[in-house]
Amino acid sequence: MSEIKMIRVGAASCGVAAGALPVLAMLKEKAGDIPVLEVGCLGHCYAEPLIEVVKKDGGSVMYGKVRADETSINNILTLAEAGRFEIPAGRKSKELVKVLRLAGRIVPTCWDDYIANGGYSALKKALAMTPQAVIDEVKKSGLRGRGGGGFPTGNKWGFLAAKTAPEKILICNADEGDPGAFMDRSLMESVPHQMLEGMLIAAYATGATKAFIYCRAEYPMAIKHLRIAIGQIYEHNYNDLNGRKIEIEIKEGAGAFVCGEETAMIHSLEGERGVPRFRPPFPTDSGWKGYPSMINNVETFGNVPLILSEGGDEYAKIGTAGGRGTKLFALAGDLRNPGLVEVPMGITLGEIVFDIGGADPDGVKAVQCGGPSGGCIPVELFNTPVDYDSLRSLGAIMGSGGMIVISKKRCMVETARYFLDFTHRESCGKCTFCRVGTTRMFETLERIVAGRGEESDLDLLESLGNKIRMGSLCGLGQTAPNPVLATLRYFRHEYLAHVRDHQCGALQCGALVDVKVDHDKCIKCKLCVKTCPVGAISADDIVVDNNKCTRCNSCIEVCPKKAISRVKKGEGVRK
Amino acid sequence: MGNFSYLSGIEPESSNLIKALQLVQAKEGYVSDDAIVEVAAYFKLAPVEVEGVLSFYAQFKRVKPGRFQIAVCDGTACHIKGSNSVFKWVSNELGISDGETDADGLFSLFTVACLGCCSLAPVMSVNGTVYGNLDRKKVAKIIKEYRAK
Repeated sequence: MSEIKMIRVGAASCGVAAGALPVLAMLKEKAGDIPVLEVGCLGHCYAEPLIEVVKKDGGSVMYGKVRADETSINNILTLAEAGRFEIPAGRKSKELVKVLRLAGRIVPTCWDDYIANGGYSALKKALAMTPQAVIDEVKKSGLRGRGGGGFPTGNKWGFLAAKTAPEKILICNADEGDPGAFMDRSLMESVPHQMLEGMLIAAYATGATKAFIYCRAEYPMAIKHLRIAIGQIYEHNYNDLNGRKIEIEIKEGAGAFVCGEETAMIHSLEGERGVPRFRPPFPTDSGWKGYPSMINNVETFGNVPLILSEGGDEYAKIGTAGGRGTKLFALAGDLRNPGLVEVPMGITLGEIVFDIGGADPDGVKAVQCGGPSGGCIPVELFNTPVDYDSLRSLGAIMGSGGMIVISKKRCMVETARYFLDFTHRESCGKCTFCRVGTTRMFETLERIVAGRGEESDLDLLESLGNKIRMGSLCGLGQTAPNPVLATLRYFRHEYLAHVRDHQCGALQCGALVDVKVDHDKCIKCKLCVKTCPVGAISADDIVVDNNKCTRCNSCIEVCPKKAISRVKKGEGVRK
Repeated sequence: MGNFSYLSGIEPESSNLIKALQLVQAKEGYVSDDAIVEVAAYFKLAPVEVEGVLSFYAQFKRVKPGRFQIAVCDGTACHIKGSNSVFKWVSNELGISDGETDADGLFSLFTVACLGCCSLAPVMSVNGTVYGNLDRKKVAKIIKEYRAK
């Protein structure tokens, strides 16, 4: 036990959800004098709760899927072989950890930890330069907005710096509303100071007088850590930018996807409905309460200290012409190792999905990039390098970095329906094409997955999609049709199977499948009969009445013999 | 009428309106008609202006929720991993649908866009505590545990 210097417990939201807190409590109880620290996210969500034991000789050993029981805890404290976790070799060789360098390594709310690891040295360096020199460095780095738009960050800074106004507003977009993305959450929870350091540098360079962080309320831990970190900044007077003090205020979002759009976010910060407006004037001309305002995303700010530390030229050595530096991706869906990864721009989709994510090469159908604003990219195109421009050319977008792997067992029409369900509800209603158009697209897709679609519906979807793109003011509307247009482009055959043959090849669309009991496997335990919420399974001969069945999958889940499954429509009918 | 004196901690400046409504919801569990009138008076706005802002945001509840609020995540990863089944299981177990509260006032059920724990999909949260990698058994067990509380 004496070999151990300290124990780090991954206690970001994912870790906590996976059960890190009981593990932490038990470790603290059993570890004696060894410090047990709550740290952020290492990105290996599939192995949570994840523990790192740092040895006195400097080495470290990790333990994955730890449980709060004697065996697990003893394994850790005795540095046993059992339960050890190794970062998969494929991931190790492809990943390039820069922005997340301190995530999971330091205590997020500990000022000294951040300082001891070079924290705020970039700010000090910046404060010794002229504001213009800082902007030039960011321009040289080639950094583009990580929120999805990909606008060159240095240029944006230049616009705000050029303004003379009584107040200039800096806003950090931490409203990670894209379902399936959690890069910003992880960065804020794990290293809150890094993004704040980026904000302070930006405030110095642009002459901003007030700063807001617009963070979604669904991220309580991120908000808590940011509040503590801001308090520490004030305490150490680090918000003093060469004699000019800046206040940083956290505003909690209230659950509206459209507020990720710049002008909508500004309205929300003003206490109004988060409705976007026409641009120009751009926010850097007239934003919050009419003052020049600039919005950057969490990850963008998170990159800034790196750029200042290593220099713009050095930073720009990584990546491609279509994107410089590294990018964080939240990998989820049908793959072995979901989690948060950081990779150099220009890496291929295949490397991310297969080498890092450990997805089954024979099982993957596509990957959805950019969430509801993005599109899916079929496995055939996985040799595409990942940067802003190449993904756009495929009908997807880089987006903020959510990447959902979709296996062959999923229906692409249903996936598109899901996204339109989301966007049509999140449409703020201002632009007719977006408000009505996305609703019509959604209804059409509902019809198709219910087996009532017609071939002409596909033309309708395409026509509507292109009109919504052109007729909407903001990014939400302009990109809302992407998931449908991309699936129509790459998976038209699936749409055709739904509308022509009324079949769902993936057996996912409830209206196009039957549920059937395989009587060769069935042992007549009647667990399914008992479980079925609608009484659709007959007790005497264990047959599913497909007219009553709601396709809730309860019976399939409870069957101990896996004798119940979904089959093609018509095949489950009692003979 | 309830006591909304805690509003005095917030500066009555229009850009703080959402913050005030969030505070009301944190204290009361929802935003009642009374609360809207109080908040409007505090900010020197018309109640309809407050309701206009409030109705835009999904976070605000206008009906008193149950003691345990179950949020089934329907983010992309959860959806891909079968969140609609999770929703049906919970809904069947409690006998209520999206946005409803059961007769005893014990459980409320609703779907949310994303809880940000995508790698543990499918997930749901009960009063903010996230439960991941759900299957039917786990869902039933979690609900049973809360029922006993």
